[in-house]
Amino acid sequence: MSLAVLQWLTDPWAQSLGRRALLEVGLLGVAGGTLGCWLVFYNLAYSAESLAHSLLPGLVGAALLGVPLLLGGAAGLLLGAVAVALAGRIEGIGRDTAVAVVVTALLGLGVLLALSPETPAGLQGLLFGDVLGVTDTDLALAGGLVAVLLLALRLGHHRLLIVGFDRLSAPALGVRPFGVDVALLVGLAAALLVAVQGLGNLLVVAVLIAPASAARLLTRRMPAMLAASVAIAILGGVGGIYLSYHAGTAAGASIAAVLVAVYLVAAGAGGLRRTRTA
Amino acid sequence: MSLRVTGLTVGYGGAPALVDIGFEVRAGQRVAVLGPNGGGKTTLFRTLLGQLQPVAGTVEARGRFAVVPQTERSRLDFPVSATDVAVMGAVSRLPWWRPPGRAERAQASSALAQVGLADQAERTFGDLSGGQRQRVLVARALVQDAPVVLLDEPFTGLDAQSAERLEALLGDLAAEGRTLLIATHDVGHARRWDQVLCLNGHQIAFGPPLTTLTRPVLEATYGADIVDVDCPDHGAERAILPAHHHDHAH
Repeated sequence: MSLAVLQWLTDPWAQSLGRRALLEVGLLGVAGGTLGCWLVFYNLAYSAESLAHSLLPGLVGAALLGVPLLLGGAAGLLLGAVAVALAGRIEGIGRDTAVAVVVTALLGLGVLLALSPETPAGLQGLLFGDVLGVTDTDLALAGGLVAVLLLALRLGHHRLLIVGFDRLSAPALGVRPFGVDVALLVGLAAALLVAVQGLGNLLVVAVLIAPASAARLLTRRMPAMLAASVAIAILGGVGGIYLSYHAGTAAGASIAAVLVAVYLVAAGAGGLRRTRTA
Repeated sequence: MSLRVTGLTVGYGGAPALVDIGFEVRAGQRVAVLGPNGGGKTTLFRTLLGQLQPVAGTVEARGRFAVVPQTERSRLDFPVSATDVAVMGAVSRLPWWRPPGRAERAQASSALAQVGLADQAERTFGDLSGGQRQRVLVARALVQDAPVVLLDEPFTGLDAQSAERLEALLGDLAAEGRTLLIATHDVGHARRWDQVLCLNGHQIAFGPPLTTLTRPVLEATYGADIVDVDCPDHGAERAILPAHHHDHAH
């Protein structure tokens, strides 16, 4: 390998800034890749998007108070998770409408807070993320959250399978769908908190949905899908940082773009395979 | 006694959907649950499973219930094998922190072998035929090891050969001493089983098919909407069927 290529590959990680970004991308990939698989089968992509937007007031609040963003987002987000779970159960107005009301209210509140004179500058970082700006505290908190999330997903794996497979029969198998829904939404909240620093609350959905959707097209079993999804999420994140570093584009947007590109390639490959076997 | 239901009345807030149901079933009996759509079959099953609270009456059972739902209710695009689905039956027995392991998978394998699907155990559930999927769900109920199994129209959409296989399997389960409640539209099946429960908002009749499946009972169950058909399989014997149901066995 020529020196130039090697340099091209190693340059982004030469400084601690880059190395922290790499770690952040890894955490983001593990959290988003695993949880995303369940979101896809529970039709929660829209809820994920909504929750991501609804945590803005928490982030802005944290910026105002000078506490870690991760803690700031948590309070508003847990509230949002429960609100979405409850709103989905209101009969008559429909889940989509209920969620939209919850979310626009919270996003609006966040923007209002961000426009107040006391808020430090940086609304853009909150909306689009700043993968190169994470601190060691942010990373440590994110690492802890990811560990808890993975443990919860492991323990809940079979219950998630049962409810996702056939929600109506789940109670007869000893599993309460409502409990599983709430747990999944709380897990989603945790994943969003990890991912929002890197990707911001407008782009975070990319890492939750694109890798899982691509993995679903390429695999036939849940464990394989989880593994493929994490691999795609991490590779997409790393690829996005290269793109950002060498093309001078915004990091969060580059990662989102690479992830969506991977999904499109997988969709193409899946389509080809189907036409060949058909 | 395996299952005893006494004076059971169930409603969804408004008018009761089922009124004054009472019957008793011994272990090893197959009970056909007949009735029109909306006649209370699903309501009865959901009450037995504890998902609906009765307004009045009691249910006494020897042990837990397992349920075999209709296969089209499950997600056919779900990335699970037949074994994965059968293993689901073991989850309720395990403490919350213990995932199913080797013992549970072995149990699932032997249940799949019992329903004649040992060679399909690693195939994706959604790739199996309707009859095979139905048998996987029966295997899941076997893993649950419940003495009473509720089957929700298990013959719907099956071709004649699959239906025959499934019926033989139900015979085996009954011979093991399990009690089966089978919601069905097929009066022909009901005639071959041990008991018949006819529902249409209330209990029309309960008893052995020979004495229970009379024309007045069927008329009360399905309304006047029944027709006579010649049954080539049964020679001179004529079957009385609900008008909309003699077409789905093909």
